[in-house]
Amino acid sequence: MPGAISPALAQAAGAAPALLDVSLRINGTEHRLSLDPRTTLLDALREHLHLTGSKKGCGLGQCGACTVLMDGMRVKACLSLAALAQGREIKTIEGLAQGDELHPLQASFIERDAFQCGYCTSGQIMAGVACISEGHAGSPQDIREWMSGNLCRCGAYDHIVAAIQDAAAVSSSTQGG
Amino acid sequence: MTAALIGKSVSRVDGRLKVTGAATYAAEFEVPNLAHAAVVRSIVANGRLASIDTAEAERAPGVIALVTHRNAPKLAYQPHKGLPDAAVGERLHVLQDDRVTHQGQPIALVVAETLEQAVYAAEVVRVTYRNEAAATDVAAVDPVLPTGKPAEWEIRRGEADSAFEQAEFRVDQTYVIPRENHNPIEMFATIASWEGDSLTLWDKTQWVHNVAEEIAAVFGIAAENVRVISPFVGGAFGSGLRCWPHVTLAALGARVDGRPVKLVLSRREMYYGVGYRPHTVQRVALGASRDGQLQAIRHEGHQETSTYEEFTEALLSATRFLHACPNVHTRHRIAPMHVHTPTYMRAPGEASGIYALESAMDELAVALSMDPVDLRLRNEPDRDEFKDLPFSSRSTKECYRAAAERFGWSQRTAEPRSMRDGRLLIGWGMASATYPMNYAPASALARLLPDGTAEVMSAASDMGPGTWTSMTQVAADTLGLPVERVKFTLGDTRLPRAPVHGGSMTMASVGSAVQAACRKAREDALARAGSNDLEEAMERLGQVIEATADVAPGDETKRFSMHAFGAVFVEVAVDPDLGETRVRRIVGAYGAGRVVNPKIARSQCIGGMIGGIGMALMEHSVVDPRNGRVTNANLAEYAVPVHADAPPVMDVIFVDEHDPHVNPLGVKGLGEIALVGVAPAIANAIFHATGKRVRELPITPDKLL
Amino acid sequence: MHPFVLERPCDLSAVLALGAQAGRNDAPVEYIAGGTDMVQLLQEHVRRPDRLVSLAGVLDDGIEIGPQGLRLGAAATMAEVAAHQGVVEQFPLISQALLNSASPQVRNQATMGGNLLQRTRCPYFRDVGYQACNKRAPGSGCAALDGENRWHAVLGTSDDCIAVHPSDLAVALVALDATVELRGTGGDRSVPLSELHRLPRDTPHLETVLEPGEVITAITVPANAAGLRSHYLKLRDRASFEFAAVSAAVAIETDGARIRQARVALGGVGTKPWRLPNVEQALADKNLEPGELRSAAALAAEGAQGRGHNDFKIELMQRAIVRAVEIAGARA
Repeated sequence: MPGAISPALAQAAGAAPALLDVSLRINGTEHRLSLDPRTTLLDALREHLHLTGSKKGCGLGQCGACTVLMDGMRVKACLSLAALAQGREIKTIEGLAQGDELHPLQASFIERDAFQCGYCTSGQIMAGVACISEGHAGSPQDIREWMSGNLCRCGAYDHIVAAIQDAAAVSSSTQGG
Repeated sequence: MTAALIGKSVSRVDGRLKVTGAATYAAEFEVPNLAHAAVVRSIVANGRLASIDTAEAERAPGVIALVTHRNAPKLAYQPHKGLPDAAVGERLHVLQDDRVTHQGQPIALVVAETLEQAVYAAEVVRVTYRNEAAATDVAAVDPVLPTGKPAEWEIRRGEADSAFEQAEFRVDQTYVIPRENHNPIEMFATIASWEGDSLTLWDKTQWVHNVAEEIAAVFGIAAENVRVISPFVGGAFGSGLRCWPHVTLAALGARVDGRPVKLVLSRREMYYGVGYRPHTVQRVALGASRDGQLQAIRHEGHQETSTYEEFTEALLSATRFLHACPNVHTRHRIAPMHVHTPTYMRAPGEASGIYALESAMDELAVALSMDPVDLRLRNEPDRDEFKDLPFSSRSTKECYRAAAERFGWSQRTAEPRSMRDGRLLIGWGMASATYPMNYAPASALARLLPDGTAEVMSAASDMGPGTWTSMTQVAADTLGLPVERVKFTLGDTRLPRAPVHGGSMTMASVGSAVQAACRKAREDALARAGSNDLEEAMERLGQVIEATADVAPGDETKRFSMHAFGAVFVEVAVDPDLGETRVRRIVGAYGAGRVVNPKIARSQCIGGMIGGIGMALMEHSVVDPRNGRVTNANLAEYAVPVHADAPPVMDVIFVDEHDPHVNPLGVKGLGEIALVGVAPAIANAIFHATGKRVRELPITPDKLL
Repeated sequence: MHPFVLERPCDLSAVLALGAQAGRNDAPVEYIAGGTDMVQLLQEHVRRPDRLVSLAGVLDDGIEIGPQGLRLGAAATMAEVAAHQGVVEQFPLISQALLNSASPQVRNQATMGGNLLQRTRCPYFRDVGYQACNKRAPGSGCAALDGENRWHAVLGTSDDCIAVHPSDLAVALVALDATVELRGTGGDRSVPLSELHRLPRDTPHLETVLEPGEVITAITVPANAAGLRSHYLKLRDRASFEFAAVSAAVAIETDGARIRQARVALGGVGTKPWRLPNVEQALADKNLEPGELRSAAALAAEGAQGRGHNDFKIELMQRAIVRAVEIAGARA
């Protein structure tokens, strides 16, 4: 039975596991990759697809810089093995703007100066987009709690909260018609 | 004519790149045929390598090269000391011998086809050590004066000892700050690529020229043959001032391998090779008369350093001029240990020293039953009593007044535990802040194009404060062009030399160079074209007009004492049963000269405040005293502030200050002073809330039970 | 990471046949579900399985509330459970504990089963630069006993291990008498959550009672735990996104200002999720009055042993119980 599951089972211990054919759907485009089973989704994006907008700040799920949307939900790409992300719809910061038109949250980040070094910014924005769509952007206090998975060492928190409030207002006014 | 741009809240010119993920940081450059490197690091603090078994690692799939001290090329390591290097001692040489002097020291380098392969192979290199006794417990090391003239480290004015003994009111306490790590969210990364004897480095650094010069010295090649590219830096806070050994390792890997090599440190490695704010122990003795006049200040402090370099920072500098006092004695010592060398971290020296001084001032105010603002106002000096020079400008009184008013300080009741919100204890505290105005030689090039646009450049850096934007503003303002018509470039050794991006000196130095180059180019173009409209002149000339400018400070430092000053007021809420402290409000007022861009200046200030909250309440690299290992070398157990720690109210005030002496732009710098004073203001507020004086940071719940 | 073969079986029986064992460092075959802890362990070289068995798509992720109580499929995510209307209304303690855990991203990824089986945050366990760790390498010693042990346990400790079980969820669940359903090659069985994790004793490398090849398939919470007044209080150095220094899960049934019965469990202080029957008995029939609560909570310290840096937890956990009961009692 197990033998039927994976041809790799017969492999001698210590030998290199075979590369896996992995198909990743990112920002609406299908990418076929041959990956080491150890490759995380984040490293697949950064090292194999040159989608370096998703940032690596720890590789351990402790900083949030790698936040992407998976099937519409925010996740930490560094904690997902790429091979296990097959079949999921992944959205990264590169897929957020519509052509030249920035997403309202991207625009409000610039307007509110919601970053300094910019390294946590992709993760903050992707988490912020989810925070708004989840309905957790109702008050500054809510935003602070629901954005706490994204560290900003430059300390732009006050401005990030303002930017999310601005973008949430835009999205609720458009929804309200 | 375009309206003045200096002083305007222009949005960041690199904002679009940053919000779309298109800004390219060191590890993100696409270099063909790239191999990946990983480092094997020591797990002992002192000793010799007894054996290194690389057999399994060499057999591991994808491994291209494995370098240890046994097969590493002998590196030149010519003398080189950059400004951020320790003045005394010799930098760490990597893979040159079997000596281990600290935990995490690089002892082997693996180069492999992929990141996963390199990291795995590094993990299966088997190393044994001949351990030697190590000094790893900072509490057990006897501090010593640093090398040099004792008079540099022990500085006296008047007779502090006898004045203290005679003073009617006295405070004499010891304050401890544990080691803290910068922890920028971007981890250090270098891509190295050789062509013959020429090397290109894409690197995370606060000073591209220093990296080029250091690596040139290490490899014994000409600095002109090393190009360093670093357009975006994902935070650094001082950790990118020096050129650390991992840059050498990346270049070495590429040398051995013959292919370009990328080396990205792991978050754990960030605790072992890129410096940290050192553990400090400070004793402050203050003596005062009944009316609050300081009679004596004795401030001694020591800090950890490595065995191979003597790192020192300006721990006690501010004590010598911040408050008026006839009798002052400071003594700075170091505790050499088997650790890697600490380095400058945001507001190095001042952040630590002023925490102790301003905590002691608060204790003195309590002893005197005097308002802490009043105590400081009573000791406001009219000149720098240490240098015996006038201040070029000093707005402390305005800062106290403006911040106190905005804060509502007059509503404070002095008695500890006298202010409450339900079961929470409310505390209001304050502290002073200062940081020196630094101005260093800098160069810039301005190039005016016939289409009426301009390219301006300098090899500066932008780790977050907004150099890209503020330099564009200065250039556009000087040229009289709109911001959109000016393109500023930085972060490349091919550009005119800039000083280190630290010490809050970038605007003073690079800004002055940009202004001078643009002024020259503009005047040249207008004169040649016989016009007084630049766009018209350029069209008429139909050619490129270039001007370079080199600026350097004159003799102002001989005539003036030049510093930014500020005041920080904080409200905390402390749960008396559970020991949890939350900062509810923070108001900072700064006299920092001209503010070029209030919007991004505010960002710097609230960022410094958040850094100060971390310092006060949670940050602590927990070093195991038994072996010098950092037990919480990650971002889960090393707590930095998160969104939920940010106070609901953060207020930044720039008091109006025109200082014609500091530098051509009249700026003093903001990045560092924004962190200074925050930790003591919080500690003082916690005392006011609880009646409990905690003299060891961070003030975690266990210390308030 | 150690090289591994990634197995992606398409049904549970195929999973079980691979014989993976959760929570043992010497097991050559290991499960991965949400991966939020496992990937950290792999990245830090703490776990080096030759074979990694993905549980994706093979375990129940349903959340059901019926006459028997609550049933959480092992693959339900922390976010799904925390936001489930029935959980929020009838078992708010569970929702609260989850919302105090990790970050929104991790809660979208991590599963119920994985949460219970996450490994300790003991820094000596997670840093392979330390050779002494009885959990990682049986018999190698415990670096935490006389080391930097501010994070460590004061309850259920042994001379071989003082590592804390880090889950918030498990603390809430153990207070509510939850049971875990297991499936192995030998069939199904149920184990009270309070018996899932072992005390470290002299075998800290054996963390659970799971047999090789066994997986958690579901967690059930009896209906009698529904509708209690409850509170999950979590104390830590920063305001969010941090493991507990001390946490208290409290659920009480009251009669006016009088406590009829109470359930109390602690996190951040025990080598496993720590239920406190002695405190519960002492709280029964007590008034919601600080002095009475305080004397009952003091029983939590029975058998507690600090190792220096973590001594404060013994006092703080008593205060946490008092506060959590007060807050629960004040709920409508």
